[in-house]
Amino acid sequence: MYGNDFPGEDPPGGLLGEVEAAEAALRAAAERGRGAIEPSEDLAAYFAEVVAADQKIEPRDWMPEAYRRTLIRQIAQHAHSEIIGMQPEGNWISRAPSLKRKAILLAKVQDEAGHGLYLYAAAETLGVSRDELVDLLLSGRQKYSSIFNYPTLSWADVGAIGWLVDGAAIVNQVPLCRCSYGPYARAMIRVCKEESFHQRQGYEILHTLAHGTPAQKAMAQESVDRWWYPSLAMFGPPDGDSTHSAQSMAWKIKRFSNDELRQRFVDMCVGQAEVLGLRIPDPELRWNEERQAYDFTQPDYDELMRVIKGNGPCNRQRMEHRRRAHSEGAWVREAAAAYAAKRAEKEKVAA
Amino acid sequence: MNGPFAFTLALGDDALVAAQRLAEWTTRAPEMEEDIALANIALDQLGAARLLLSYAGELEGAGRDEDALAFLRDDREFRNCLLVELPNDDFAVTMAKLLVLSAYQVPLYTALADCPDERLAAIGGKARKESAYHLDHAALWVKRLGDGTEESHRRMQAGVDQIWPYADELFAAWPEAPVDPATLRSDFDHTVSAVLAEATLTVPEVGWTPVGGRDGVHTEHLSYLLAEMQVLHRAHPGARW
Repeated sequence: MYGNDFPGEDPPGGLLGEVEAAEAALRAAAERGRGAIEPSEDLAAYFAEVVAADQKIEPRDWMPEAYRRTLIRQIAQHAHSEIIGMQPEGNWISRAPSLKRKAILLAKVQDEAGHGLYLYAAAETLGVSRDELVDLLLSGRQKYSSIFNYPTLSWADVGAIGWLVDGAAIVNQVPLCRCSYGPYARAMIRVCKEESFHQRQGYEILHTLAHGTPAQKAMAQESVDRWWYPSLAMFGPPDGDSTHSAQSMAWKIKRFSNDELRQRFVDMCVGQAEVLGLRIPDPELRWNEERQAYDFTQPDYDELMRVIKGNGPCNRQRMEHRRRAHSEGAWVREAAAAYAAKRAEKEKVAA
Repeated sequence: MNGPFAFTLALGDDALVAAQRLAEWTTRAPEMEEDIALANIALDQLGAARLLLSYAGELEGAGRDEDALAFLRDDREFRNCLLVELPNDDFAVTMAKLLVLSAYQVPLYTALADCPDERLAAIGGKARKESAYHLDHAALWVKRLGDGTEESHRRMQAGVDQIWPYADELFAAWPEAPVDPATLRSDFDHTVSAVLAEATLTVPEVGWTPVGGRDGVHTEHLSYLLAEMQVLHRAHPGARW
């Protein structure tokens, strides 16, 4: 496989073990079977019992309308993020500095498209079509992760995105492997495994740069300087300002708060940065003996809100690119549909 | 240049430049499934390019590895056919290019798999399976577009007309090569004429058949493609990545 020939070890603090534990729990829950209440008796009570017992809600089950809507929004935005997220990295495929790196990057961006399709399929189990969701994205009514509105200005950004952005995504998504909605939990298990691989590849890129020429090391540091705070902001607003959190936690869609996950991410990155030989651009970063965690400077949440509202460096460019690909491809999709219809007609006549 | 080195380099350059063009579609394809398919094909081409260029470097014996050959040669030293360096243009043009390329690579790699050179035979054996998939994919799209809507039919015919003249160069005689491309022509003609017929398209009449790629005399497009591909590697001489 690509990238497995790296002589170093995995980045410390890897979360793959947690993904595997979640997968084992999923299997165990399936073997235990559902609770005693018959689904026909009291739908809401049955739903509550399944969630309380850490069993999975499946597409056929009754679910509260707000639960369904929350999941559609979250899974769709997750899918959109995979698709839009192909752009910043795709920006460097043509210029990758070695053929091996080009192959790894191409495979990674291809994986992201696959994650997008997988997540759209998970969302479709909730009774919405992919075409509808794509329309919501293209019309700006649904969002994607704020991080992809930042530009990739150097090759090192491909490494920083792998290490920090995919790293943050994994910290965020590993708990979702235990989410109460079965199709989403299963999607997350699969996605996290590949993301973990991508994070390792990004880490490798930065490690090579940080141990390369002075110009390469400077490129790596400059990139980490630009991506650190946007990555911290990926966990969303601080707990006090987060609107969806309480209900999502009660439904076991979300398992940890934004601030808890952000702290976990910082704690994980500090050791990794030391091994890389790169500096995290936060003068206030220090170990807090009492909390057994690192103190750090919060990201600029005003900036986060500006980016989410559409005014980050690349929002317009990313959306325009997606819309253009969609509209310029319309004649191709129409041709495929017309061809399929002709074929079906011919088969009907022949039968 | 000696025969096996020049031949291996030429095939490696075909695959490398084709990969570079196909990868340009990433994030731009007409549907998400196609984004994946084109990236997949680009990745296959890139994989074949790496094997071929590495072996070419060994045959040359001057210490050049795949990256030295890919990133530190100028356009006059590239030996790819003109077909693969042509711009992507619209999806129909890209599919016409892929049909021609893969209908040439399938019999080429198949013949290579039986050639006496063990390394080339191994590369041919691996690459022909991938090329068969590329050919299938291109043929399906040429049929869908040719026999789809009026608009897609018009575009597909225009794409085929635009690309056809460049097919001739692929089959220029090269008697001392491990596989003489001239021997592949009838297989190619048989494959593509069947696809075009099913796609309700006309085989173009060709009067102009540009050549030059195998001698390092390219179209105006290649220098730009290489400028982009090589910019970072050349900016950091001797660096590891």
